[in-house]
Amino acid sequence: MVLKIENLTVKLPKGADREFAIEDVSLHVDKGEIVCVVGESGSGKSVTAFTIMGLIPRKELTPVAGKILLEGEDLLTKDNSEMRKFRGSRIGMIFQEPMTALNPVMKVGRQIEELLTIHTKHNEQERKKIILEAMDAVKLPDPTKIFNTYPHQLSGGQRQRIMIAMALVLEPNLLIADEPTTALDVTTQAEVLTLVKEIQRIKGMGVLFITHDFGVVADIADRVVVMQNGLVVEEGTRDKILHSPEHPYTQMLINSVPSLDPPDRSMENVQDTKVVEMSSVHKTYGSLGIFGKGRTVKAVQDVSLDLHGGELVGIVGESGSGKSTLARCLVRLIDPTEGSITINGKNISTLSRGLLRPHRSEFQIVFQDPYRSLNPRRTIEQSLIEGPMNFGMGRTEAVAKAREVLEIVGISPDAMGRFPHQFSGGQRQRICIARAVVMEPKLIVADEAVSALDVSVQRQVLDLFLDIRQRFGMAMLFITHDLRVAAQVCDRVVVMQHGKVVEQGKTTDVYNNPQHPYTQELLAAAPGRDVKFNQL
Amino acid sequence: MADTSTVTLKEDPSIFRIISGNKGLMTGLVILAVLTLIALIGPIFTESPTSINPMVRIKPPSADMWFGTDPLGRDLFARAIWGGRISLSVGVAVAIVAVGFGLLLGLLAGYIRVLDAIIMRVMDGLMAIPGILLAIALISLTGASLFTVIVAITIPEIPRVVRLVRSVVLTVREEAYVEAAIAAGTKLPGIMIRHILPNTIAPLIVQATYVCASAMLTESILGFLGAGIPPEIPSWGNIMSEGRTYFQLCPWIIFFPGVALGVTVMSVNIVGDGLRDTLDPRIAKKM
Repeated sequence: MVLKIENLTVKLPKGADREFAIEDVSLHVDKGEIVCVVGESGSGKSVTAFTIMGLIPRKELTPVAGKILLEGEDLLTKDNSEMRKFRGSRIGMIFQEPMTALNPVMKVGRQIEELLTIHTKHNEQERKKIILEAMDAVKLPDPTKIFNTYPHQLSGGQRQRIMIAMALVLEPNLLIADEPTTALDVTTQAEVLTLVKEIQRIKGMGVLFITHDFGVVADIADRVVVMQNGLVVEEGTRDKILHSPEHPYTQMLINSVPSLDPPDRSMENVQDTKVVEMSSVHKTYGSLGIFGKGRTVKAVQDVSLDLHGGELVGIVGESGSGKSTLARCLVRLIDPTEGSITINGKNISTLSRGLLRPHRSEFQIVFQDPYRSLNPRRTIEQSLIEGPMNFGMGRTEAVAKAREVLEIVGISPDAMGRFPHQFSGGQRQRICIARAVVMEPKLIVADEAVSALDVSVQRQVLDLFLDIRQRFGMAMLFITHDLRVAAQVCDRVVVMQHGKVVEQGKTTDVYNNPQHPYTQELLAAAPGRDVKFNQL
Repeated sequence: MADTSTVTLKEDPSIFRIISGNKGLMTGLVILAVLTLIALIGPIFTESPTSINPMVRIKPPSADMWFGTDPLGRDLFARAIWGGRISLSVGVAVAIVAVGFGLLLGLLAGYIRVLDAIIMRVMDGLMAIPGILLAIALISLTGASLFTVIVAITIPEIPRVVRLVRSVVLTVREEAYVEAAIAAGTKLPGIMIRHILPNTIAPLIVQATYVCASAMLTESILGFLGAGIPPEIPSWGNIMSEGRTYFQLCPWIIFFPGVALGVTVMSVNIVGDGLRDTLDPRIAKKM
């Protein structure tokens, strides 16, 4: 047994929303197995990982009970200088954001070398040899060249490989991975997951893998520990947790994960009228530059797309595919460089700001981050009535309307006088949806609107979007990087790569019979594709 | 299906509790309040600061004449109090006017691209000239009076405020809630006043205290150089300027206004630091 945690309890500072960050947590990691700790935000999974590493501020987060035994030695009794000997050499760690975990002004090779200099007595040539071997083991191309690069010169996936090489170079028996693939694109994520699994098998170490994603769990775990509000609610083998979970919370979580299989759609919601017609829309960023040649980035190239009333179309793609740029062009938060966008029969792509304003109510947008999309200084009522009052509605009428819509999105209208910080993330996203709906738009663009939400809340918000579409019959454009979400809600999907549309069609056709190699690659990379999750 | 309950939070602490929780801020405010009170009601109880009495020329500080007298026999205590009035009113006036203009120009520069280029180049130009030199030049153009001194000190202070406001606007305009307001068809003034302006208030209040302190110093420097408020008005700078020639004979003429100026500027700065810490704890931790 590499790691054994017994009844670990960590106290939160006074004034927090609960007394303990984690309470009575017991788990163990054997040699040669991958244990996934899974839970939603606030479940205490990261606190557990950081407590093992001794990286928590002990004044604020105090371990008050329990033991953390690493190969029989209790880490909680070690002071800082003793812990330093453990970190790196006997416990390796990979973090979520590889860019911030690496020093931007130090060559990556030297950063790995630092570990060897501190923990071993090898001379320079031996160190370099070990590092190049480690880089080779994590499948970095051309290690001698990468040794001398800075973090910003590498891609996200390469940076995460450097982090893994760094965590493994001293051959620790325990690797702690805290959401190591969350910030990565789905294809890169698949590569990194395969790599972690492979290295773990070769070296035979134990891995404690923190994640919120059941797809990842399905791909990588031997055993699973489910946490909720600082407590371990269930523990078991991968198959047991995924296929026959016992605890109601685990069941709820697994039932909330959207399936990759799109359900059969009756296209009954789709009307004949075209609401949106985009034809060869281009967006090029960059300036001409007064000094020297300006640099340009073609964010969106030649995109044509139609939306019918009541139709829910998804745009899927990885970061940098131009899907968000397209969404922002569509609602004219930025101006398209070329092409025409017709909404409700009116070409809005070239209208001036002033002439555009009367048409603004016809197309609304819901953003990704519910914490930033409501003005923190204004009450929900003020945020909701702003739009209708801009279009000449009287205050009392606007308030009545806002109450009605709030009821629909599942927020009590009596809470209208409150400020955004008094609501949870999911509730705020409901309020943002209400703000869009209250304008009675013909089109709602949802730009990664459920990506920041926990899976159980995500499920509810997706249900809400479908409900709204059914009730009001507006067209919806759903921008997402999550293939599972798109599979469950979209009538039609559009796949984008490098600013271009590579494939589009009915959701069932695209998912069951992808034509373009990139679509095939995306679908093959989706974590947990061989486990059947629930359809919406 | 929906969770309609709201997250219950602690009540926001009242302004009084925030202030009393910060010792520095509390100390600064008390000193400043005492100084203001003396400047306001002091002249009622003292002699006229300009009445000449040859009988008591160059007297050192005593029980009768707390700060002593100058070569014309004027009571330096009365003059110092009067100087406090001048200094505080110049400081407050400059802070208000500079923040007002700076806020307006900063909002425009931060939000409207075309104006940004024009306004910021003018501001860069102003910042390239030393503030005192610019103030002296402006006063020599118009002639010295309390009003022109305030204007001359304000102009070099404006660019710093504009830069601050502009930087806040540039950050806030990218916030999703501002974009949501644009998408909801809110007109430019509405976006500025409802969504952007409130974010600038906290840093502006802090900046205003620094402008106030700096303006009081500049006013005294101008007075000392003889380029400021007309010499017949007893500002601290003017008193010190007159005392300069008698410095070795009667150092108290310079000493008391100097100490008064130092204490006042320091208390304003302490208030500024305290406000910065309470209004934006994130900056406080970094500094």
